[in-house]
Amino acid sequence: MAAPSPAAGRPALAAGFADPVHDAQRCFRAVMAAMAEPARAVALPEPHICPPAPLGPVMAAVALALLDFETPFWLDPPLAAAPAVADFLRFHTGAPQVADPGAAMFALIADGAALPELPVFAQGAPDDPQDGATLIVAVAALHAGPLTLAGPGIPGVRGFGAAGLPADLARRLAENAAGFPLGVDLILCGPAHLAGLPRTTRPVAEG
Amino acid sequence: MSDAPARPRPAGGPAMPAITYNFAYLDEQTKKMIRRAILKAIAIPGHQVPFAGREMPMPYGWGTGGVQVTAAILGADDVLKVIDQGSDDTTNAVAIRSFFAATAGVATTTRTSEASIIQTRHRIPEAPLASGQVIVYQVPIPEPLRFLEPRETETRRMHGLADYGLMHVKLYEDIAHHGHIATTYAYPVRVAGRYLMDPSPIPKFDNPKMDDSPALQLFGAGREKRIYAIPPHTRVVSLDFEDHPFAVQRFAAPCALCAAEGVYLDEVILDDAGSRMFVCSDTDHCATRQADGHTGTMRAPYGSSAPSSPPPPPHAGENETALAETVPTPSGERP
Repeated sequence: MAAPSPAAGRPALAAGFADPVHDAQRCFRAVMAAMAEPARAVALPEPHICPPAPLGPVMAAVALALLDFETPFWLDPPLAAAPAVADFLRFHTGAPQVADPGAAMFALIADGAALPELPVFAQGAPDDPQDGATLIVAVAALHAGPLTLAGPGIPGVRGFGAAGLPADLARRLAENAAGFPLGVDLILCGPAHLAGLPRTTRPVAEG
Repeated sequence: MSDAPARPRPAGGPAMPAITYNFAYLDEQTKKMIRRAILKAIAIPGHQVPFAGREMPMPYGWGTGGVQVTAAILGADDVLKVIDQGSDDTTNAVAIRSFFAATAGVATTTRTSEASIIQTRHRIPEAPLASGQVIVYQVPIPEPLRFLEPRETETRRMHGLADYGLMHVKLYEDIAHHGHIATTYAYPVRVAGRYLMDPSPIPKFDNPKMDDSPALQLFGAGREKRIYAIPPHTRVVSLDFEDHPFAVQRFAAPCALCAAEGVYLDEVILDDAGSRMFVCSDTDHCATRQADGHTGTMRAPYGSSAPSSPPPPPHAGENETALAETVPTPSGERP
């Protein structure tokens, strides 16, 4: 690896996974468990990476584990305002950055409270619903309430809540689920945990 | 770095060149591509996600799809079990188990309860699967509508529109011809109330095990390059009619070796005079029961010095360990 030069006054690039093969595999398995059992907080073993702020280590680990040259990504305004973030992702994954959220396969969102409406992202097509985007969203914490969610992967119902997401999350999830099989899938990244909210997960009336 | 696939050294000396592979054979970009397909497959239960299937060091039909899915999810801490028609010790199962023991160095087992990943060809183990386990199915033809509609463009559109009347017509024609639904394997299911799915050629006996399973179920079709999935605790319904409800096969006699009832049995021909026996298709289940003291009509009691039939298959993968050790390790510098 060539030594990154601090050209243009930018700081040196932050390192990626210390062990690219096994760190990426561990991170993927955490994401897979989170998607298979939606709304459950899955611990992510210490990613051991120090990405440039405001990109958190869990979010960065998920991005390094899933992005490559085939996956255009979109950054929300706080992430896009820090050039080191796009440099970090481009260098370690080779993925192209796009300005149009509708053209991205992955969207990284550091400010979950300002989460754009989900239909601005790619929804897939009836013949190819897998083309719906994946949103990697930072949250401050994951809780077991106040929402009650149901869907494949959840035995019965499961309580869920996340600090740092819009207050109308339930409406957004309901609309996203109503379009099934089209829609987007969310990977929520807490300080040391992940939770998946695939398009099949829908809020249900409590009690 | 271990993520760069090592090339064999030019054979300059009498010794075989050392060949090393990336962990679990596939390169990292391929794993990422397959992992993304798996995540979308989980998010859209039963939908066939296309993926850029790679050529594997085994022919199509030998489980290249399942092997690629297993390679993409496998970690150093996993314990792998591979079965072929329920058996841990047939060629396909032994070859794939030793493939991953050699290329990934993972622990292998024949015990269903000890495995974290189970790759299977055409059976679901008799022992109930547990939360946290992943079962990977080898799939020859992922499209349940393929023999009814040969055009992929049409079948994708039919899935897009949930237009599954044709499959009900097929099952009805079974009843019209035979008086009952004559499909006994690869029996079509509806996943989470939406997608029609081919459960791979498992006997319909195993279909009820897919419903509300605590384990994650992944399906890989190598030749057709499709991955699909059923998350844990997902409703999986076998298609039927009110007046012809779905029913599984039943066997008249228990396993001849372990006396198990309510399990799927294989017929074994014993001579050319018509003698036969029926034994568990799941060799681990049968061996476990025999070790627990269950004895069928054609087997001597466990521990007897003069068994009337061969001993149960070994549980520890001793043969695979020996195979793995024959793989050369990198000794010199690379070119």
